[in-house]
Amino acid sequence: MEAFALQMQGITKEFPGVKALDNVTFSVRKGEIHALCGENGAGKSTLMKILSGVYPHGTYSGRIVINGNEVSFKSIKESQMAGVSIIYQELALVGEMTVAENIFLSHDLMRSKIIDWNKINTEAQKWLHYIGLDINPETKVNQLTVGKQQLIEITKALTHNTDILILDEPTAALTESDVEILKGILMDLKSKGVTCIYISHKLGEVMALADSVTVLRDGITIGTYPISEMDEDKIIAKMVGRELTELFPYEPRKIGDTILEVENYSVFDKQLNKAIIKNASFKLHKGEILGFSGLMGAGRTELFTSLFGGLEGKKEGRVVIDGKKTKIQKPADAIQAGLAYVSEDRKRYGLILGMDIVKNSTLVALNKVIKLNVIDNALEVKKAEEINKRMKLKAPNLEARVGQLSGGNQQKVVLSKWILNNPKILILDEPTRGIDVGAKYEIYKIMNELAEQGVGIVIISSELPEVLGISDRILVMSEGAIMGEFRREEATQEKIMACATGGKKL
Amino acid sequence: MNSPVTTIKDPQEKKTVGFKFDVQSYTLIIAVVVIAMIFGFFTSGEFLSSRNLSNLFTQMAVISVLAVGMTLVIVAGHIDLSVGSIVGLTGGIAAILQVWQGWNTVTVVLAAIIVGAVIGLWQGWWVAYRNVPAFIVTLGGMLVFRGILIGISKGQTVAPLSTSFGQIGNSFIPYAVGYILAVIAVVFLFIAKIRSRAKRQTLGLTLAPTFIDYGKITVYSVCIIIVTYMLNRYLGIPVPMLIVVVLAGIFLFVSHKTSFGRFTYAIGGNVEAAALSGINIKRNVLFVFILMGALAGIAGVLLTSRLNAATTSAGTSYELDAIAACVIGGTSLMGGKGKIVGAIIGALIMTSIDNGMSMMNIEAFWQYIVKGLILIFAVWLDVSNQKK
Repeated sequence: MEAFALQMQGITKEFPGVKALDNVTFSVRKGEIHALCGENGAGKSTLMKILSGVYPHGTYSGRIVINGNEVSFKSIKESQMAGVSIIYQELALVGEMTVAENIFLSHDLMRSKIIDWNKINTEAQKWLHYIGLDINPETKVNQLTVGKQQLIEITKALTHNTDILILDEPTAALTESDVEILKGILMDLKSKGVTCIYISHKLGEVMALADSVTVLRDGITIGTYPISEMDEDKIIAKMVGRELTELFPYEPRKIGDTILEVENYSVFDKQLNKAIIKNASFKLHKGEILGFSGLMGAGRTELFTSLFGGLEGKKEGRVVIDGKKTKIQKPADAIQAGLAYVSEDRKRYGLILGMDIVKNSTLVALNKVIKLNVIDNALEVKKAEEINKRMKLKAPNLEARVGQLSGGNQQKVVLSKWILNNPKILILDEPTRGIDVGAKYEIYKIMNELAEQGVGIVIISSELPEVLGISDRILVMSEGAIMGEFRREEATQEKIMACATGGKKL
Repeated sequence: MNSPVTTIKDPQEKKTVGFKFDVQSYTLIIAVVVIAMIFGFFTSGEFLSSRNLSNLFTQMAVISVLAVGMTLVIVAGHIDLSVGSIVGLTGGIAAILQVWQGWNTVTVVLAAIIVGAVIGLWQGWWVAYRNVPAFIVTLGGMLVFRGILIGISKGQTVAPLSTSFGQIGNSFIPYAVGYILAVIAVVFLFIAKIRSRAKRQTLGLTLAPTFIDYGKITVYSVCIIIVTYMLNRYLGIPVPMLIVVVLAGIFLFVSHKTSFGRFTYAIGGNVEAAALSGINIKRNVLFVFILMGALAGIAGVLLTSRLNAATTSAGTSYELDAIAACVIGGTSLMGGKGKIVGAIIGALIMTSIDNGMSMMNIEAFWQYIVKGLILIFAVWLDVSNQKK
């Protein structure tokens, strides 16, 4: 019998209304690097959260066996004790503390009554040496590059006698050279007998590093394969492999003149001083629905929040709106120029949850209900009523707080807020995330209706069927650059996925 | 075409009735009644006498003016710890200009308000444009302005002021005028209610039952008339009280009927969403602080006038009373939520405790203890209401 470091059998996890994982089986052999692949929302993160005790035993069904012993973790602490460490995409380091302090933050060395700093620093030195990092343990973490910080996270995990190391999208924020260092360290750890679970969208890395790969799709295990039997296209086929089942109300429209033209647009991250958007160029036409596809972290949200003036950081390039070169410094400029931006996080960026529907609806277009500097409440209510009727909002009354509404109805209030201002360009960032099918369908209808009236619409969506179903044209982004363009007729899930993962131009 | 949008009820929504029973505002009114009854009982009715009510409403004026501005500051998601020092400084400047420089009362009052507004500009600039937390800016301001006051007054008490200046805080409105104002207020309340009901009717919005709507207005009207009558049995409506009512009216209007007011609530409610909606956060916050400063200037004038002197310690710890008044009145320190009327009732509660307890000859230390406990209790009530 082969020795398994980890066996997860028959794992089922339900959230209210959704089955996130359905009878998933996941087995990892000792000392291998095992890649876990799947689309956004396939259930990778949920599975890893079960393994690391974030979702405690009892909230899911199924068995977890580590090194032959069945385990039932009730907390992250318990999974750490058993040798499971997870490193998330977002770093969990304290920037103001030194490398040594971070490495031993939750370690027993820090728990003694009197902390022996010399011992901590020498121990940290030993671990850094073991992993092959030449860093002074007394350096503050925020002085290191993101890549080095990631490696410090790995070091921290190893001090907990880690047998199974889980890396969730470790290279998303790394530069090329840091990726190489990380690869080296992973190969080294493998030779030292550490088992590694590697979650990545970058199939190139998966092919180069992993020994085997498990593919999840819609909460189901598609299969586990030795890497020697696979290639990138095969993995993509396994990841996608589903038909367009949902209904999209698409009707061919007349596409008008260019309404938005973006040329060689680049955005630089303020802290990392790294280009997060690289030379993006595209055109949007009147009456067109333009889909933006790509994996999480591909830079789609950053591109459009930056265009909208809502992202700090230096930007370069030319933006032409309706034939006029436009410089947008802040959201007010963008709104002035006819842009509207429905954010991917409606609760955080879209709504004032404690305010009622009327006030939220008129927040952007408040000028339309102001007479002689005074808000005309009757007119305000009337406008809010008309627009929300158009959005088919369902609410007990218009004076209900938006915090009380369901996700779909909240999203309709956000749409009302922007559409009341009669935008020329409407940017929708994941507009149907977390809302029910009925509301989704209504939002698609509103999009079609607006496009019919000549509004240029951008839809950023991680759901491939949605992008394929609603868009006239699809652009694919990967790592901050626009990698491909597909007409509605030629686009398929496989082509888009290939373009988004490998940056392979078709 | 004006049928309600939303007759279809979504089963996912929580059910809310058109008529909202605002627990908080009723708790406040009940609290005021209970406190009045307790003190009335223990002082054999003396607490509710015309003379004492007159004193009470005069005493609460300074804190009320501050609480009105503080409501806006807190709603915007900030705090102002310096208002006590601004009251002291602007009052001190007013006294110095009049007593030492011989300026006339009108100019002096304007000067105090302008100085207050400029101080607000200074603090608002640090908060809004330099991103220094308001807590720090105004904590610094608290020291700076107190220091300036001691410096320019050379540590002395500046007195006495002219008769006309003294009248601002110590005079009363003639009886007849008082009654006329009361009647105007009552008529205004009814007209406003009738108009808003008519508008809501044509728009097809839910209407509270006629009985409740007009019942409420009737109760308010009776209260106005009774208070006016009680005060007229003594010397009439105190001018400081009238100033508070007028300022409260202006700021109620500003907070509900102008885009500035609306944006202030939006900023406090969710600053990120407000920014992405194109609201100029910085300018709005700056303006909130300017208004706070100007109101502190008015409070400074009121205080100096009432005491007929400016002392170096005038206004000390008023910022805490003003913040407490807002919080008791239902303003959330998280921002985005708060009522000006609530803040004034909060000020009334705080002042009643001072006033009532000293009438009962209870030692002063108890006032601190009771006020502190009421503050905690008020917020606990608010928090537990929100959880439901």
